[in-house]
Amino acid sequence: MTITGLDFGVIEPALPFLLEGLALSFFLTAAAMLGGIVLGLALAVVRLSRWKVAAILAAGYVNGFRAIPLVLVIFWFYFLVPLALGRSVGALQSVIIAFILFEAAYYSEIFRAGLKSIRSGQWQAAYASGLGYFQALRFVILPQALRNMLPLMITQAVVLFQDTSLVYVISLRDFMTSASIVANHDNRLIETYLFAALVYFVICAIGAASARKLSTLRRAA
Amino acid sequence: MTKALAQTPRASAEIVEMTTSVRTSPGSESGIPMVEISGLYKSYGGLEVLKGCDLVVDRGEVVVICGPSGSGKSTLIKCVNGLEPFNRGTLAVDGVTVGDRTSDMTRLRARIGMVFQHFELYPHLTVLQNICLAQVHVLKRGKVDAQAKARALLARVGLPDKEGAYPAQLSGGQQQRVAIARALAMDPVAMLFDEPTSALDPEMIGEVLAVMLELARDGMTMIVVTHEMGFARKAADRVVFMDQGAIVEIAPTQRFFDEPRAERAKLFLSRILSH
Repeated sequence: MTITGLDFGVIEPALPFLLEGLALSFFLTAAAMLGGIVLGLALAVVRLSRWKVAAILAAGYVNGFRAIPLVLVIFWFYFLVPLALGRSVGALQSVIIAFILFEAAYYSEIFRAGLKSIRSGQWQAAYASGLGYFQALRFVILPQALRNMLPLMITQAVVLFQDTSLVYVISLRDFMTSASIVANHDNRLIETYLFAALVYFVICAIGAASARKLSTLRRAA
Repeated sequence: MTKALAQTPRASAEIVEMTTSVRTSPGSESGIPMVEISGLYKSYGGLEVLKGCDLVVDRGEVVVICGPSGSGKSTLIKCVNGLEPFNRGTLAVDGVTVGDRTSDMTRLRARIGMVFQHFELYPHLTVLQNICLAQVHVLKRGKVDAQAKARALLARVGLPDKEGAYPAQLSGGQQQRVAIARALAMDPVAMLFDEPTSALDPEMIGEVLAVMLELARDGMTMIVVTHEMGFARKAADRVVFMDQGAIVEIAPTQRFFDEPRAERAKLFLSRILSH
């Protein structure tokens, strides 16, 4: 296995260990997406609503989170959530909350753009037929908006997947942290980090390609 | 042809007062007009789009609203089902006051059909789903009943074989006929048409007007904003001419075409009928 002095033999025995880390990365991505989408949709709906005060608060939330680095949010919640609750929570719980709240700000912007992309005549047609606001949103506007938004949502998920590597700051073992442990333990930094880069590249390339494919499909439709 | 000509705004305002009790009996054959508009005023910022409009439309009556672009025609009919808010004046449909916080606007809208210039079919749904959506979610009709209704209406507008098609697969004329079927599926007491043929290629205008003409003959109350003067001659009981946010003339159809009184209406007619 030796090519130009590199020894990739260290990877194989470490695979189960690395997979555990990868599982955490995927889990965090899924949890943050799910929570972020639900909260993000609510924020977008409030921002586009007639409730002025709520809209301003939602805008403040979104702009606030988008102005802070994610790593800082992770740190804060690790220390703040236990303070707020008066008892300690695990690092995992605090990081899930941090990710959801952070991602919601970004998903909210995607939703807002998606909802605004639907022309007002569709709202009028829905209202004219007697549908209420939330019925119009659910049956008429959102299905169309989601179709427009899907490529952007996948792109956001790709970024999110990469961002899960930041959990190293509170000593959670995601894929990147696992790779780093293996690299230092076996003193094979170049090989391990090359392998890690390859894994990130393949996963993210698949995501990016499917986003591209979806957006061309949408244009053809 | 002489239905509801002489209602003064003041008299109609009194009728609104008297008839609030019939709200519970929608669609009744009572003497109240279908639509009563009185002193309707609306402005966007400094721009006055409606400058005090009065109009009474009787049950079963067909009224065509015409006038130059920007005269407020579309705004006026969008006020009728509350899609456009207004600043002053009163508006009642079938005895229900529009713009009143106590009125159930969604329920009222369900009983007023509306057809839009750009069809506004839901592009992600099939023709059948388009026609069933509000039946199921607003009228709470069963799916089977809703579909039966939809199919009957598709046959009526001449599109019995298009139920599985998506709007993008239909021509403009077909889409507009589906839109009419979608509105009729709610068993409306009145229908509003906002320039229903303006976005259509000339060869498709006829098929849409034919459906509307049949609807008029069946006794549907209709308010139609259109430039199609041929349709107005054939179907309208009265013609309303608007200019710069005001109703300039209301006349029985024959008289409107033969001897329009307002100078602006004369000018409009001479321009629109000369080509």
